[in-house]
Amino acid sequence: MSAQPAVEVRDLRKEFIRRDGEGGLRHRRRRKRVAALHDVTFSLKRGECVAILGQNGSGKSTLVRLLSTLLLHDGGTAEVFGNDVFRRPRAVQRLVNRVSVEASFFKRMSPAENLSYSARFYGMTPRQSREAIPRILERVGFPPERRGEPMEDLSRGMQQKIALARALLTAPVLLLLDEPTTGLDPRSKLEVQEFIRSIREEHDSTILLCTHDMAEAEALADRIGILHEGALICLDTAEALKAAHGADTLESAFLAATGRQFEDEGGEE
Amino acid sequence: MIRFDTVAVRRELVGFAGIVERNTYLIRRFAWWEVAWFLYTVANTLTIVFIAKGAESAGYRVDVNQMTIVLLIGAVVWSYLGLLFEIVTETVAWERWEGTIEYTFMAPLSRPAHLLGMGAFAVVYGVLRTVLLFGVVSAFLDVTFTNADFGSAMVVLAASSFSFVGIGMMTAVLPLISPEKGTQLGFIAQGLLLVISGVYYPVSVLPQWMQWLSVISPATYTLEGARKAVLDGASVTALWGEIWPLLLIGVIAIPAGLAVFAQGERYAKRHGRLKRSG
Repeated sequence: MSAQPAVEVRDLRKEFIRRDGEGGLRHRRRRKRVAALHDVTFSLKRGECVAILGQNGSGKSTLVRLLSTLLLHDGGTAEVFGNDVFRRPRAVQRLVNRVSVEASFFKRMSPAENLSYSARFYGMTPRQSREAIPRILERVGFPPERRGEPMEDLSRGMQQKIALARALLTAPVLLLLDEPTTGLDPRSKLEVQEFIRSIREEHDSTILLCTHDMAEAEALADRIGILHEGALICLDTAEALKAAHGADTLESAFLAATGRQFEDEGGEE
Repeated sequence: MIRFDTVAVRRELVGFAGIVERNTYLIRRFAWWEVAWFLYTVANTLTIVFIAKGAESAGYRVDVNQMTIVLLIGAVVWSYLGLLFEIVTETVAWERWEGTIEYTFMAPLSRPAHLLGMGAFAVVYGVLRTVLLFGVVSAFLDVTFTNADFGSAMVVLAASSFSFVGIGMMTAVLPLISPEKGTQLGFIAQGLLLVISGVYYPVSVLPQWMQWLSVISPATYTLEGARKAVLDGASVTALWGEIWPLLLIGVIAIPAGLAVFAQGERYAKRHGRLKRSG
């Protein structure tokens, strides 16, 4: 195994400008800078799965979007397999793919069509994708007879499986999963989790999983980090986190670490 | 010495083809909407070209054949240029609407390949639709194209495509910077081009300030060139006066469009605008 970390993040900082008040003709809205992430430092070993827990608005999606090259930082550094995310975004884009909470497809197009054009963006020729797409759809358990149906006719669980297939089609060495099972029914959730587990076993993928689901984090991740108000306050194994906070469960450990219940608040930037 | 990275070039070409492929799928999936929009365009074009006969029946002394062709070219050329402009301008708006914007912008596809792919698709689709529109509308009319040089008219249309793709790239950045207002601004820019370019009248009838603006609009030269080709049978050589400004605007507009888009993308990444909800 290579000694080079898969992901190396140091003092990463991101701020957004927010407007206060309702505005209107008379009342000019004031702008203020709000830190979405401040001084986040961590690293991921190759092949490791790390889960990041945090409430809504804690900065999980901002972290994923920074590593996906969709945001520019305000300080610190981030590297993916030695490539600076902000200076060499193209090199990073070739190594990374992502599954987010919304499946995000052209809804009238079929799974095969959505996967086909996405593959092209990663340099896969029609010949390569013609072979790879049926294989990957079969792996995620997608019925072959439904490959031509519009995405909008598929269930959320099915759509999320196609999202996983899209991410895997490009053979990413770093997979960013941003709440991939949120909103799924229990059966679909288990199927997606099982698939994530099999990706780890069969591929050499490193996984950063941002989730609300404590059980999911504990079941899938080697280490678990807690992101609270933009700061990564701890990162360790589930057992070590529980021991450090004298807690029986991960939820109790989260409560002890953040001083808050694990509930939805605010919105992610 | 310039050294081409053939792997990188091949990857860009595959990505470029991916954009064309995706848009082709979309046209196929929205086929009935395409039919509806096409029929609407036919009806709209007919209402414009029948103005010539209407003017004659109202007692005005007009050359009906010539006026019908002038209006027909105006409507058909604007339909083409409008479509080209709209498809390139809505590069970001479509992606945001469908929610795929983050996946496209995090893919290792260069922005020139992305935007030029949109432009190439728009040109191919626009030419096919325009030829069909011209044929269908002409079938309803009692006009003769005695001197027409359709080959020269197509050359003018091809030359204008570069400039419109370039201008479309500049306006495509608007929804990236301002998700709410960007698309509206794109429509305003399209409307401005429609007014100042002499689509249904000579630009000489416009107020002076609009005539000055018409000089920098590629649609002005496209319409003049297409009319000279179809009405007077002007050859490509005779149309050089219309073709070179179009090529010049294209040579300036495409790199300028890419540069403006790159700046806009940087702004969007800095301010967190590169996401589905804006």
